[in-house]
Amino acid sequence: MVKRVLSSTALGRTGVSDWLVQRVSALIMLAYVVFMLGFYLGHSSIDFGTWHGLFASTWMRVFNVLLLLSVLGHAWIGIWTVLTDYVKCAYLRGTLQILIILGFLACLVWGIQIFWV
Amino acid sequence: MTNTHTIKFSVYRYDPEKDQEPYMQAMSLELPKGSDMMLLDALEYLKAQDQSLTFRRSCREGVCGSDGLNINGKNGLACMTHVSELKQPIVVRPLPGFPVIRDLVVDMTQFYRQYEAIQPYLINDNKTETKEFLQSPKDREELDGVYECILCACCSSSCPSFWWNPEKFIGPAGLLWAYRFIADTRDTATEQRLANLEDPYSLFRCRGIMNCVQVCPKGLNPTRAIGKIRSKLLQRAV
Amino acid sequence: MNISHYEFDAIVIGAGGAGMRTSLQLANAGLNVALVSKVFPTRSHTVCAQGGITVALGNMHEDDWRWHMYDTVKGSDYIGDQDCIEYLCQNAPDAVYELERMGLPFSRIDNGKIYQRPFGGQSRNFGGEQAARTAAAADRTGHALLHTLYQQNVKAKANFFTEWYALDLVKAADGSVVGALVMCIETGEIAYMHSRATILATGGAGRIYQSTTNAFINTGDGIGMAMRAGFPVQDMEMWQFHPTGVAGAGVLITEGVRGEGGYLINKDGERFMERYAPHAKDLASRDVVARAMAVEIREGRHGMANGVPCVYLKLDHLGEEVISQRLPGIREIAKTFAHVDPVNAPVPVVPTCHYMMGGIPTNKHGQALNRVNGQDKIIPGLYAVGECACVSVHGANRLGGNSLTDLIVFGRGVGIHVENELKQNHLHFQAADDASMAQGLQRLNRWNTHKDGEDFMQIRDELRAVMQNDFGVFRTGQYMAEGLKKLEVLHERLKHASMKDFSQVFNTTRVEALEMDNLMAVARATALSAVTRTESRGAHSREDYPKRDDANWIKHTLYVDDDKIGQIDYREVNMQPLTVPAFQPKERVY
Repeated sequence: MVKRVLSSTALGRTGVSDWLVQRVSALIMLAYVVFMLGFYLGHSSIDFGTWHGLFASTWMRVFNVLLLLSVLGHAWIGIWTVLTDYVKCAYLRGTLQILIILGFLACLVWGIQIFWV
Repeated sequence: MTNTHTIKFSVYRYDPEKDQEPYMQAMSLELPKGSDMMLLDALEYLKAQDQSLTFRRSCREGVCGSDGLNINGKNGLACMTHVSELKQPIVVRPLPGFPVIRDLVVDMTQFYRQYEAIQPYLINDNKTETKEFLQSPKDREELDGVYECILCACCSSSCPSFWWNPEKFIGPAGLLWAYRFIADTRDTATEQRLANLEDPYSLFRCRGIMNCVQVCPKGLNPTRAIGKIRSKLLQRAV
Repeated sequence: MNISHYEFDAIVIGAGGAGMRTSLQLANAGLNVALVSKVFPTRSHTVCAQGGITVALGNMHEDDWRWHMYDTVKGSDYIGDQDCIEYLCQNAPDAVYELERMGLPFSRIDNGKIYQRPFGGQSRNFGGEQAARTAAAADRTGHALLHTLYQQNVKAKANFFTEWYALDLVKAADGSVVGALVMCIETGEIAYMHSRATILATGGAGRIYQSTTNAFINTGDGIGMAMRAGFPVQDMEMWQFHPTGVAGAGVLITEGVRGEGGYLINKDGERFMERYAPHAKDLASRDVVARAMAVEIREGRHGMANGVPCVYLKLDHLGEEVISQRLPGIREIAKTFAHVDPVNAPVPVVPTCHYMMGGIPTNKHGQALNRVNGQDKIIPGLYAVGECACVSVHGANRLGGNSLTDLIVFGRGVGIHVENELKQNHLHFQAADDASMAQGLQRLNRWNTHKDGEDFMQIRDELRAVMQNDFGVFRTGQYMAEGLKKLEVLHERLKHASMKDFSQVFNTTRVEALEMDNLMAVARATALSAVTRTESRGAHSREDYPKRDDANWIKHTLYVDDDKIGQIDYREVNMQPLTVPAFQPKERVY
């Protein structure tokens, strides 16, 4: 009688965790945008020094990586949902998902190189 | 001066025995001036003209849920829709998202299956009670706006999430019924019911676009019920 | 013709309240039961019941099932069978508690118990003050009940044959019933369902009238099937006209509105029921109120709505809160079908055909009865339950709220009886008689092949006009005799009529044509029975015989179809309840 849907999830274990990841990552992205706006508006002129100083600080590095993870996680759940809605052929969907995962991983590695190094 | 006016219809027709493909048929009715009727009455008159026109109907007062149709692009019950309030030609189509059996009759198997999937019956461990289970008027109030669902499928058939994943997403009607039992203080299977809905499809495919709320002929709010279940799932998870 | 074959311990035809309560009992007993319904179960007409289910729970005041029994006997105008009414009222509390435990969302009172409201014809202490005995889920009790029973059947894994239409009963050579011929509406597949017990639960036939509260599907299919199988039907002259159908639309407004304090007014604003029933006023029995309304309308004290003369149901004085809480569905119906918000303005209403008290005669176990040489004879294998049965607990007039009670008490009772009979091996699979099978197939075949006859829909319209005009709230011998003649002409015409859609796929026209045979059968039985009963009793009100005639007419009318005008026979009324003294007939005043 009861049919539990046991298909793969996007990131977490359940729909609940996916839903939570979407909301938390959205909050992080929002906080980043607000912070950046505040940074721009709080400095009448921004030169390379200020900019470099900001990005060299440890907490900003952490914030940047968090942003990166949030963007990728958020986008992945969204894209996974769209793919499972519209791409009904499992092979095609699987292929697309692998390509996107690879792309996202590349972004992640490259992003960390930029932000952390 | 004529004492009648003409009502024009464009009706979806498909008989798999005769037609290669569905088509829209122009039909019309002559009515006395100033008169009004429900769309279902009009369909009955049209059927008297052309007996091959096929649709479901039963109570004709908006309680049985047989005659859910897509009327001028919006889902609703034919028996509760006044012809005078509709722009002409009145375009009548079967409920979207379901396989068409014939004309305005759709195959609702998937819809019923999703309803059955939520265990749509009270579960209570107390097998020894011989009278009624007690429930306060306040607890009972939680069921108002939920138990009145007539299973007409107007909501689920207007929901894109249900169109794309009818096998995995319960759909607004089924989820409304799920909440009806979760919210019932007499039900003792809340944990089991929530566990059955925590996967990424059954409930979480709801994107909150509220098409279901807009079309429900009984004025119910499946989106709110879904939100309440989601809150309970979150409380349970964190 | 290719006929598929199914075999079940029991088949239940009709998935309304009675049918689903029966099938639930059988499915829970582990029997192999099929539930055949021409509509998806929750589309059955039980869903339209509003006000509630009458049962002596005693939640609002001290109550006793014997008081309920007294009211029901009196309401029946003394031709209800008292052993069956006793069974009904005595078993109702358990049956309703069971429903509650199945999850029916009853309205509640502060101590958490089920809410009960006053309804017409209810008294405490054998005719004392007004009782509040009708258990309610707002004004959607039928909906709540039907969905609950469907849910329980889903849980019990009953075999649903949804959108299958029952054509005819199949008999064995010895006359017992061995199953039914059924048709899948979607595919046109014909099947013989072979069973040890066949239970008719096909509901009413209000569609023989032009103006009715009944759903399109209430076409008396079980009555027609029984009559074609040669079995009698009982008290078919007894049709209840509900006082408050929305003028013009026919949609029902529950008696619960008057139970909550609403009342009827004529065009002068007069609360006229005070003149007709000084004690009970608007909560007199339905036949009394409907007649009073008809008199008001006839004597010109009426308004007009949708081109129909009407009186008005006033409830604005109850206030928006009571209306929204206790009568939300009524408000919705009034707005949609009468263009009136009852919070501000009275609702235009007329007496409207509502309920068939007659039906297939049964004993209190639901076993269908034949009449042979002046004696009741049980028809082996056949049961009837719900509105299509005449147990008879409603006699000449049903009390409001007693129909749902009837459905679940006897639905459960039939289930228990069939279960026991099957377990004790009293009911067997028997071979079908070829002639019986052929008869059913022949009727279908005629509709399927006859092409150029008169349109049956035309005949249907005329039949409804005859019933409306000549067999309504007030009846006279002369008009009824003319009506009967007209029906015989229509009956002849129907034999040569045809439909215009011959598709095999979801052919609803064919279903309507087959239903037409049943409507005709019910109408003819009603007409001859009504002409025959030369008195006024309950809902059967004759202007040429205005008095009740207890000396000659405390008996049931039986009608057997014979392709001519039909034959009338009689059955005694049971006056022997088991645990209480019988209630003797007395003048019926409210």
